[in-house]
Amino acid sequence: MSDVKKFLYVNRRAPYGTIYAWESLEVILIGAAFDQDVTLAFVDDGVFQLVKGHDTAGIEMKNFSPTYAALGDYDINKIYVEKESLEARGLTIDDLQHLVWEDEDEDWAEKDSIKVVSSAELAEMMGQQDVVLSF
Amino acid sequence: MTMLHTVNKSPFEKDSLTSCLRLSEDGASILLIEDGIIAAIEGAATSDAIKEAMKTKKVYALQEDVNARGVQGKVIDGIEQVDYAGFVKLVTEHDSVQSWV
Amino acid sequence: MKLSIQVNEGPYQHQASDSAFMFTKTAIEAGHEIFRVFFYHDGVNNGTRYTTPPQDDRHVVNRWSELAEAHDLDLVICVAAAQRRGLVDEGEQERNGKDGNNIAPGFRISGLGQLIEAGIQSERLVVFGD
Repeated sequence: MSDVKKFLYVNRRAPYGTIYAWESLEVILIGAAFDQDVTLAFVDDGVFQLVKGHDTAGIEMKNFSPTYAALGDYDINKIYVEKESLEARGLTIDDLQHLVWEDEDEDWAEKDSIKVVSSAELAEMMGQQDVVLSF
Repeated sequence: MTMLHTVNKSPFEKDSLTSCLRLSEDGASILLIEDGIIAAIEGAATSDAIKEAMKTKKVYALQEDVNARGVQGKVIDGIEQVDYAGFVKLVTEHDSVQSWV
Repeated sequence: MKLSIQVNEGPYQHQASDSAFMFTKTAIEAGHEIFRVFFYHDGVNNGTRYTTPPQDDRHVVNRWSELAEAHDLDLVICVAAAQRRGLVDEGEQERNGKDGNNIAPGFRISGLGQLIEAGIQSERLVVFGD
Protein backbone atom coordinates (compact mmCIF):
# COMPACT_ATOMS: atom_id res chain seq x y z
CA MET A 1 0.00 0.00 0.00
CA SER A 2 1.50 3.36 -1.03
CA ASP A 3 1.85 6.21 1.39
CA VAL A 4 -1.00 8.67 1.22
CA LYS A 5 -0.05 11.76 -0.75
CA LYS A 6 -1.43 15.26 -0.62
CA PHE A 7 -3.20 15.85 -3.92
CA LEU A 8 -4.22 19.38 -4.88
CA TYR A 9 -6.53 20.16 -7.80
CA VAL A 10 -6.19 23.78 -8.91
CA ASN A 11 -9.17 25.29 -10.72
CA ARG A 12 -8.63 28.74 -12.22
CA ARG A 13 -11.10 28.88 -15.08
CA ALA A 14 -14.79 29.65 -15.35
CA PRO A 15 -17.13 26.87 -16.45
CA TYR A 16 -18.53 26.51 -19.96
CA GLY A 17 -16.14 28.93 -21.74
CA THR A 18 -13.69 26.03 -21.82
CA ILE A 19 -13.90 22.37 -20.86
CA TYR A 20 -11.27 22.46 -18.14
CA ALA A 21 -13.75 22.91 -15.28
CA TRP A 22 -15.79 19.86 -16.23
CA GLU A 23 -12.87 17.63 -17.15
CA SER A 24 -11.07 18.51 -13.91
CA LEU A 25 -14.19 17.42 -11.99
CA GLU A 26 -14.00 14.09 -13.80
CA VAL A 27 -10.45 13.60 -12.52
CA ILE A 28 -11.48 14.62 -9.02
CA LEU A 29 -14.32 12.09 -8.94
CA ILE A 30 -12.20 9.22 -10.24
CA GLY A 31 -9.37 10.25 -7.95
CA ALA A 32 -11.65 10.03 -4.94
CA ALA A 33 -11.47 6.24 -5.14
CA PHE A 34 -7.74 6.29 -4.46
CA ASP A 35 -7.99 7.42 -0.82
CA GLN A 36 -5.43 10.19 -1.05
CA ASP A 37 -5.46 13.41 0.97
CA VAL A 38 -7.37 15.61 -1.47
CA THR A 39 -7.80 19.38 -1.47
CA LEU A 40 -9.46 21.51 -4.14
CA ALA A 41 -8.50 25.14 -4.75
CA PHE A 42 -10.70 27.60 -6.62
CA VAL A 43 -8.73 30.66 -7.68
CA ASP A 44 -9.17 33.45 -10.24
CA ASP A 45 -12.11 32.68 -12.55
CA GLY A 46 -12.30 29.19 -11.05
CA VAL A 47 -14.57 30.64 -8.36
CA PHE A 48 -17.36 30.81 -10.96
CA GLN A 49 -17.47 27.00 -10.99
CA LEU A 50 -18.98 27.14 -7.51
CA VAL A 51 -21.42 29.99 -8.07
CA LYS A 52 -24.99 28.80 -7.57
CA GLY A 53 -27.78 29.05 -10.10
CA HIS A 54 -26.09 28.00 -13.34
CA ASP A 55 -28.74 27.98 -16.09
CA THR A 56 -27.21 26.53 -19.23
CA ALA A 57 -30.35 25.92 -21.25
CA GLY A 58 -29.63 28.81 -23.58
CA ILE A 59 -26.09 27.67 -24.40
CA GLU A 60 -27.17 24.05 -24.75
CA MET A 61 -24.40 22.68 -22.58
CA LYS A 62 -24.83 20.21 -19.77
CA ASN A 63 -25.11 21.98 -16.42
CA PHE A 64 -22.67 20.00 -14.34
CA SER A 65 -22.80 22.23 -11.25
CA PRO A 66 -24.90 19.72 -9.25
CA THR A 67 -21.81 17.52 -9.23
CA TYR A 68 -20.07 19.87 -6.81
CA ALA A 69 -22.79 19.21 -4.26
CA ALA A 70 -21.98 15.49 -4.42
CA LEU A 71 -18.29 15.96 -3.59
CA GLY A 72 -18.95 15.57 0.13
CA ASP A 73 -20.22 12.05 -0.49
CA TYR A 74 -16.88 11.25 -2.10
CA ASP A 75 -14.99 12.38 1.01
CA ILE A 76 -13.85 15.54 -0.75
CA ASN A 77 -14.40 18.16 1.89
CA LYS A 78 -11.39 20.46 1.77
CA ILE A 79 -12.44 23.09 -0.73
CA TYR A 80 -10.46 26.31 -0.58
CA VAL A 81 -11.77 29.43 -2.29
CA GLU A 82 -9.49 32.45 -2.52
CA LYS A 83 -11.06 35.54 -0.95
CA GLU A 84 -9.18 37.88 -3.24
CA SER A 85 -10.46 36.08 -6.34
CA LEU A 86 -14.05 36.39 -5.11
CA GLU A 87 -13.72 40.07 -4.25
CA ALA A 88 -12.05 40.97 -7.54
CA ARG A 89 -15.11 39.53 -9.26
CA GLY A 90 -17.72 41.17 -7.07
CA LEU A 91 -18.64 37.90 -5.38
CA THR A 92 -19.03 36.74 -1.80
CA ILE A 93 -19.44 33.32 -0.22
CA ASP A 94 -23.21 33.85 -0.40
CA ASP A 95 -23.00 33.61 -4.18
CA LEU A 96 -21.52 30.13 -3.93
CA GLN A 97 -23.24 26.80 -3.53
CA HIS A 98 -23.38 25.68 0.08
CA LEU A 99 -21.25 22.55 -0.07
CA VAL A 100 -21.32 20.22 2.91
CA TRP A 101 -20.05 16.88 4.10
CA GLU A 102 -21.04 14.56 6.92
CA ASP A 103 -18.41 13.84 9.52
CA GLU A 104 -18.80 10.22 10.60
CA ASP A 105 -16.46 10.87 13.53
CA GLU A 106 -18.96 13.33 14.92
CA ASP A 107 -22.17 11.42 14.53
CA TRP A 108 -22.54 12.41 10.87
CA ALA A 109 -22.71 16.09 11.76
CA GLU A 110 -23.05 18.25 8.65
CA LYS A 111 -20.11 20.56 8.10
CA ASP A 112 -19.12 23.16 5.53
CA SER A 113 -16.69 21.99 2.87
CA ILE A 114 -15.82 25.45 1.57
CA LYS A 115 -13.25 27.59 3.31
CA VAL A 116 -12.82 31.12 1.99
CA VAL A 117 -9.19 31.93 2.66
CA SER A 118 -6.68 34.71 2.17
CA SER A 119 -4.00 34.48 -0.50
CA ALA A 120 -1.40 33.89 2.19
CA GLU A 121 -3.32 31.00 3.69
CA LEU A 122 -3.91 29.50 0.27
CA ALA A 123 -0.22 29.85 -0.63
CA GLU A 124 0.74 28.02 2.54
CA MET A 125 -1.64 25.18 1.81
CA MET A 126 -0.41 24.92 -1.78
CA GLY A 127 3.20 24.83 -0.67
CA GLN A 128 2.54 21.69 1.34
CA GLN A 129 1.11 19.61 -1.47
CA ASP A 130 2.86 16.59 -2.99
CA VAL A 131 1.03 16.40 -6.31
CA VAL A 132 -0.55 19.42 -7.96
CA LEU A 133 -2.87 18.92 -10.92
CA SER A 134 -3.54 22.04 -12.98
CA PHE A 135 -6.17 22.14 -15.70
CA MET B 1 9.21 21.78 1.54
CA THR B 2 10.12 23.90 -1.46
CA MET B 3 7.97 24.06 -4.52
CA LEU B 4 8.93 24.75 -8.12
CA HIS B 5 6.34 26.86 -9.91
CA THR B 6 6.26 27.02 -13.71
CA VAL B 7 4.58 29.80 -15.66
CA ASN B 8 4.17 29.23 -19.38
CA LYS B 9 1.86 32.05 -20.49
CA SER B 10 2.73 35.63 -21.25
CA PRO B 11 1.76 38.07 -18.49
CA PHE B 12 0.15 40.16 -21.21
CA GLU B 13 -2.11 37.31 -22.26
CA LYS B 14 -3.22 35.77 -18.95
CA ASP B 15 -3.09 36.34 -15.24
CA SER B 16 -1.13 33.15 -14.58
CA LEU B 17 2.06 35.00 -13.60
CA THR B 18 0.17 37.37 -11.32
CA SER B 19 -1.56 34.48 -9.58
CA CYS B 20 1.69 32.55 -9.30
CA LEU B 21 3.46 35.49 -7.69
CA ARG B 22 0.57 36.00 -5.31
CA LEU B 23 0.25 32.36 -4.33
CA SER B 24 3.86 31.16 -4.16
CA GLU B 25 5.60 31.19 -0.83
CA ASP B 26 8.87 32.91 0.07
CA GLY B 27 11.70 30.54 -0.72
CA ALA B 28 9.92 28.94 -3.67
CA SER B 29 11.37 28.88 -7.18
CA ILE B 30 9.63 30.13 -10.29
CA LEU B 31 10.60 28.90 -13.76
CA LEU B 32 9.35 30.86 -16.76
CA ILE B 33 8.89 28.72 -19.87
CA GLU B 34 7.27 29.09 -23.30
CA ASP B 35 5.60 32.52 -23.59
CA GLY B 36 6.09 32.93 -19.85
CA ILE B 37 9.65 34.11 -20.54
CA ILE B 38 8.19 37.41 -21.71
CA ALA B 39 7.96 38.32 -18.04
CA ALA B 40 11.75 37.98 -17.83
CA ILE B 41 12.36 40.92 -20.15
CA GLU B 42 14.06 43.95 -18.60
CA GLY B 43 11.89 47.03 -18.97
CA ALA B 44 8.68 45.15 -19.62
CA ALA B 45 5.65 46.35 -17.66
CA THR B 46 6.05 43.28 -15.42
CA SER B 47 9.70 44.00 -14.52
CA ASP B 48 8.89 45.62 -11.20
CA ALA B 49 6.68 42.75 -10.10
CA ILE B 50 9.31 40.20 -11.08
CA LYS B 51 12.11 42.09 -9.34
CA GLU B 52 9.98 42.36 -6.22
CA ALA B 53 9.40 38.60 -6.32
CA MET B 54 13.13 38.02 -6.78
CA LYS B 55 13.74 39.44 -3.29
CA THR B 56 12.22 36.32 -1.71
CA LYS B 57 12.04 33.74 -4.51
CA LYS B 58 14.45 32.42 -7.08
CA VAL B 59 13.35 33.16 -10.64
CA TYR B 60 14.56 31.17 -13.64
CA ALA B 61 13.90 31.35 -17.36
CA LEU B 62 14.14 28.52 -19.87
CA GLN B 63 16.94 29.45 -22.22
CA GLU B 64 15.58 27.64 -25.24
CA ASP B 65 12.35 29.64 -25.02
CA VAL B 66 14.22 32.94 -24.48
CA ASN B 67 16.29 32.25 -27.60
CA ALA B 68 13.27 31.23 -29.65
CA ARG B 69 11.63 34.58 -29.01
CA GLY B 70 14.70 36.61 -29.91
CA VAL B 71 15.12 38.25 -26.50
CA GLN B 72 18.41 36.75 -25.39
CA GLY B 73 20.35 39.70 -23.99
CA LYS B 74 17.23 41.39 -22.64
CA VAL B 75 16.70 39.14 -19.65
CA ILE B 76 16.54 40.83 -16.25
CA ASP B 77 19.84 40.68 -14.43
CA GLY B 78 19.53 38.09 -11.70
CA ILE B 79 17.15 35.77 -13.50
CA GLU B 80 19.08 32.56 -14.01
CA GLN B 81 18.66 30.94 -17.38
CA VAL B 82 18.53 27.17 -17.48
CA ASP B 83 18.25 24.77 -20.37
CA TYR B 84 16.02 21.67 -20.45
CA ALA B 85 18.61 19.69 -18.50
CA GLY B 86 18.46 22.46 -15.90
CA PHE B 87 14.65 22.29 -15.96
CA VAL B 88 14.77 18.57 -15.21
CA LYS B 89 17.27 19.22 -12.43
CA LEU B 90 15.04 21.89 -10.88
CA VAL B 91 12.15 19.45 -10.83
CA THR B 92 14.17 16.85 -8.98
CA GLU B 93 15.68 19.38 -6.57
CA HIS B 94 12.30 20.70 -5.41
CA ASP B 95 9.80 18.68 -3.44
CA SER B 96 6.91 19.29 -5.81
CA VAL B 97 5.94 21.16 -8.96
CA GLN B 98 2.96 23.44 -9.61
CA SER B 99 2.26 24.52 -13.18
CA TRP B 100 0.43 27.84 -13.64
CA VAL B 101 -1.07 27.27 -17.08
CA MET C 1 13.98 9.66 -10.01
CA LYS C 2 10.59 8.35 -11.17
CA LEU C 3 8.72 11.06 -13.11
CA SER C 4 5.34 11.37 -14.74
CA ILE C 5 4.15 14.00 -17.17
CA GLN C 6 0.64 15.27 -17.95
CA VAL C 7 -0.03 16.85 -21.36
CA ASN C 8 -3.19 18.94 -21.58
CA GLU C 9 -3.02 20.34 -25.11
CA GLY C 10 -2.94 18.97 -28.64
CA PRO C 11 -0.13 19.03 -31.20
CA TYR C 12 0.83 22.34 -32.84
CA GLN C 13 -1.97 24.45 -31.35
CA HIS C 14 -0.01 25.07 -28.14
CA GLN C 15 3.61 24.61 -27.20
CA ALA C 16 2.60 22.39 -24.28
CA SER C 17 3.10 19.14 -26.17
CA ASP C 18 6.50 20.27 -27.46
CA SER C 19 7.64 21.34 -24.01
CA ALA C 20 6.42 18.08 -22.52
CA PHE C 21 8.24 16.09 -25.19
CA MET C 22 11.51 17.94 -24.69
CA PHE C 23 11.24 17.64 -20.93
CA THR C 24 10.54 13.91 -21.17
CA LYS C 25 13.38 13.29 -23.61
CA THR C 26 15.83 15.29 -21.50
CA ALA C 27 14.78 13.51 -18.32
CA ILE C 28 15.45 10.16 -19.99
CA GLU C 29 18.87 11.36 -21.15
CA ALA C 30 19.63 12.40 -17.57
CA GLY C 31 18.92 8.86 -16.43
CA HIS C 32 15.47 9.33 -14.89
CA GLU C 33 12.67 6.84 -15.21
CA ILE C 34 9.45 7.98 -16.88
CA PHE C 35 6.59 6.19 -15.15
CA ARG C 36 3.90 7.50 -17.49
CA VAL C 37 2.99 10.31 -19.86
CA PHE C 38 -0.73 11.00 -19.55
CA PHE C 39 -2.62 12.90 -22.23
CA TYR C 40 -5.75 14.76 -21.15
CA HIS C 41 -8.14 17.38 -22.58
CA ASP C 42 -7.06 18.16 -26.16
CA GLY C 43 -3.78 16.47 -25.32
CA VAL C 44 -5.37 13.23 -26.52
CA ASN C 45 -4.88 14.52 -30.06
CA ASN C 46 -1.15 13.91 -29.69
CA GLY C 47 -2.05 10.28 -30.29
CA THR C 48 -3.82 10.62 -33.62
CA ARG C 49 -2.40 8.59 -36.50
CA TYR C 50 -3.40 10.71 -39.49
CA THR C 51 -1.47 13.94 -39.15
CA THR C 52 0.51 15.14 -42.17
CA PRO C 53 2.57 18.09 -41.00
CA PRO C 54 4.87 19.88 -43.44
CA GLN C 55 8.10 18.01 -44.04
CA ASP C 56 10.30 20.87 -42.87
CA ASP C 57 8.85 20.93 -39.38
CA ARG C 58 8.78 18.50 -36.48
CA HIS C 59 6.35 15.60 -36.58
CA VAL C 60 4.82 15.89 -33.11
CA VAL C 61 2.86 12.63 -33.14
CA ASN C 62 5.60 10.49 -34.65
CA ARG C 63 8.29 11.69 -32.33
CA TRP C 64 6.15 10.71 -29.33
CA SER C 65 5.67 7.26 -30.92
CA GLU C 66 9.39 6.97 -31.63
CA LEU C 67 10.39 8.05 -28.13
CA ALA C 68 7.94 5.54 -26.69
CA GLU C 69 9.40 2.75 -28.78
CA ALA C 70 13.01 3.64 -28.05
CA HIS C 71 12.46 3.77 -24.29
CA ASP C 72 9.42 1.57 -23.70
CA LEU C 73 7.37 4.54 -22.48
CA ASP C 74 3.79 4.26 -21.27
CA LEU C 75 1.86 6.89 -23.25
CA VAL C 76 -1.71 6.90 -21.98
CA ILE C 77 -4.64 8.72 -23.52
CA CYS C 78 -7.65 9.36 -21.30
CA VAL C 79 -10.65 7.39 -22.57
CA ALA C 80 -13.28 9.98 -21.63
CA ALA C 81 -11.39 12.82 -23.31
CA ALA C 82 -10.65 10.57 -26.29
CA GLN C 83 -14.28 9.62 -26.78
CA ARG C 84 -15.28 13.24 -26.71
CA ARG C 85 -12.70 14.12 -29.36
CA GLY C 86 -12.86 11.05 -31.64
CA LEU C 87 -9.58 9.33 -30.73
CA VAL C 88 -10.26 5.64 -31.25
CA ASP C 89 -8.26 2.44 -30.83
CA GLU C 90 -9.41 -1.05 -31.84
CA GLY C 91 -11.14 -1.69 -28.53
CA GLU C 92 -13.02 1.60 -28.63
CA GLN C 93 -13.88 1.04 -32.30
CA GLU C 94 -15.54 -2.24 -31.42
CA ARG C 95 -17.19 -1.03 -28.19
CA ASN C 96 -18.68 2.09 -29.75
CA GLY C 97 -19.44 0.76 -33.24
CA LYS C 98 -17.05 2.99 -35.17
CA ASP C 99 -15.99 2.18 -38.73
CA GLY C 100 -12.30 2.67 -38.07
CA ASN C 101 -9.67 3.66 -35.56
CA ASN C 102 -7.00 6.34 -35.58
CA ILE C 103 -4.65 5.83 -32.68
CA ALA C 104 -0.94 6.26 -33.34
CA PRO C 105 1.64 3.61 -32.44
CA GLY C 106 2.93 3.64 -28.91
CA PHE C 107 -0.21 5.13 -27.35
CA ARG C 108 -2.90 3.31 -25.41
CA ILE C 109 -6.32 4.47 -24.27
CA SER C 110 -7.18 4.01 -20.61
CA GLY C 111 -8.99 5.58 -17.67
CA LEU C 112 -8.30 8.63 -15.53
CA GLY C 113 -7.22 6.31 -12.74
CA GLN C 114 -3.95 5.99 -14.65
CA LEU C 115 -3.27 9.68 -14.05
CA ILE C 116 -3.96 9.41 -10.33
CA GLU C 117 -1.81 6.30 -10.14
CA ALA C 118 0.97 8.21 -11.90
CA GLY C 119 0.74 10.90 -9.25
CA ILE C 120 0.88 8.32 -6.47
CA GLN C 121 3.64 6.11 -7.89
CA SER C 122 5.93 8.84 -9.23
CA GLU C 123 8.17 11.09 -7.24
CA ARG C 124 7.25 14.10 -9.35
CA LEU C 125 4.36 14.89 -11.70
CA VAL C 126 4.83 17.78 -14.14
CA VAL C 127 1.86 19.28 -15.96
CA PHE C 128 2.16 20.93 -19.37
CA GLY C 129 -0.92 22.88 -20.41
CA ASP C 130 -2.24 26.23 -21.49
